[in-house]
Amino acid sequence: MTAFVVRRLVRLVVVVIGVSLVTFAILHASGDPVALIMPEAPEADRVVLRATLGLHDPLPIQFARFVRNAATGNFGNSFFHRTPAFALVIERMPTTLLLTALSMALAMAIALPVGIYGAIRRGGAVDQVATGTVFLGQSMPVFWTGIMLILLFSVQWRMLPVSGWDSWASIVLPTLTLSTFTAPLLLRIVRSSMLDVVKLDYVRTARAKGVSEWLVILRHALKNAALPLVTVTGLQFGLLLGGAVITETVFAVPGVGRLIVGAIRQLDFPVVQAGVFMLAMIVVTVNFVVDLLYVYLNPQIRVR
Amino acid sequence: MAVGSLPSLAYADEVARAGTGSRAWRKLARNPAALIGALILAVVIGGAVTAPWIAPHDPAKQSLIRRFTPPVWAPGGHASYPLGTDQVGRDILSRIIHGARISLMVGVLAVIVSVLVGVTLGLVSGFVGGRVDTVLMTIVDITWSFPQILLALAFVAALGPSLVTVTLVLGLTGWERYARVVRAEVLALREKDFVEAARAMGIGAPRILLRHVLPNTFSSIVVLSTLQIAQAILQEAALSFLGVGSGRTHPTWGQMIALGRDFVSVAWWLPTFPGLAILATVLAINLVGDRLRDALDPRV
Repeated sequence: MTAFVVRRLVRLVVVVIGVSLVTFAILHASGDPVALIMPEAPEADRVVLRATLGLHDPLPIQFARFVRNAATGNFGNSFFHRTPAFALVIERMPTTLLLTALSMALAMAIALPVGIYGAIRRGGAVDQVATGTVFLGQSMPVFWTGIMLILLFSVQWRMLPVSGWDSWASIVLPTLTLSTFTAPLLLRIVRSSMLDVVKLDYVRTARAKGVSEWLVILRHALKNAALPLVTVTGLQFGLLLGGAVITETVFAVPGVGRLIVGAIRQLDFPVVQAGVFMLAMIVVTVNFVVDLLYVYLNPQIRVR
Repeated sequence: MAVGSLPSLAYADEVARAGTGSRAWRKLARNPAALIGALILAVVIGGAVTAPWIAPHDPAKQSLIRRFTPPVWAPGGHASYPLGTDQVGRDILSRIIHGARISLMVGVLAVIVSVLVGVTLGLVSGFVGGRVDTVLMTIVDITWSFPQILLALAFVAALGPSLVTVTLVLGLTGWERYARVVRAEVLALREKDFVEAARAMGIGAPRILLRHVLPNTFSSIVVLSTLQIAQAILQEAALSFLGVGSGRTHPTWGQMIALGRDFVSVAWWLPTFPGLAILATVLAINLVGDRLRDALDPRV
């Protein structure tokens, strides 16, 4: 177990360094960052700025500096706001996490019962409707779903605000939108993990012993289906955050996603880098925890 | 020649492949959902190919008197603009037909890039193993740590939005699924008798990989690719929607929806129809891809 955790920790460090390298590359992919910061300045001023930003140093040295600064949360000042990029990201992080958590909860509340019931009565009416809905949901662009919900709830029925994040009413539509993206994903995972379990011997044995159907499902099937459910959900976390980024843009939710998209339009690279890096760090952390959890919950792997 | 000297094996392989092929077709054809999907897809592809001839109007032609014309069935609609016009009087239907070209082209080309990168790395990773495998799989882990859309967004913006950048960036951020799937298959295939036999005959590793291992991963690659094309079309639409798409010169579905969002309270048809076009196309590809998976997977 300890050896496994150590191996995972080493891998975590390597992945974090890799993530930094990719984030570092974003700025340099743009060619000359100084030309972006001061497009109309004379060459003399640009040389000065290049020197202050350390752009004359060899790339490996610049990268080492980037990693050292990133470790202390220093991504430089926003080109546009003139304040530290990291603080801008951190300020907006709770909003993004709340949006993600709320829509995850809503999606789970739909996916769990429907997925379990569908798996038990495989091919039944509920299962077929659910599978059809999953197909439909996964084929809809999430930003379009959001706009269609605005059309219905805000324009047609005038029930909910078009955008913002300042009242409970304004939280409803973004959460609903992101859920239409998340729920099909979760539903598919719940259904397939349950399907894998319900046909196993111990479930049949429990039924044969005369254990009530409810207990069989909850105690014997769901408990064992929970493991792949947690793992796959964790693996898809990057996808979920991607959905959150787009949802925030549609509804003008003041989260990290909207900040990054805005910064990308203004070519405000410190903010882009800080935002992309922090969201990737969340994904990395979630994956790491899920990995450990998997080993912890699964005695078969613990020995390896 | 290597295959020629093993006639019985090659023959058996040939028969097996023909067998699964025709059975796969029959399974596919019997499924109404997949047939509907194929039909929609045929319409979309046909529309994209013949866009300049079948589109009723020039997609870029503006007409200020005709701005915000509603669809033909709504009050105020006009028969020559079946799906209405946008805020500068451009014909929505013509723009959707032309937009299909971008969506399909970017979707298919991006997936080709992903296949080239992902399959190569997956083959090498699984076959060579050891340290190479560790390094390549770590790279997969790193790519997997980013929300793909965000990475694509950042790099397209940094490199400058254009059709080529969007295609390349989507391709280069979407290859890791191929690497994972192909690697897993190679790990299983590597131990099979026919690979062992080829090795015993003294055939070199590259040739074994290309002639004996790679063909056996084709069905997984095909299935994954249909689903990935659907994903790439959604991603391209998202990039266009966020304003870093294929540029301003061509109409794209994502960009039409983004413009429509600003006029959602006055002209519901602006964002609605391009979205339906995306939905229909992606759904059709998913339906065909899903049945393709069932048909090619002998276990189902």
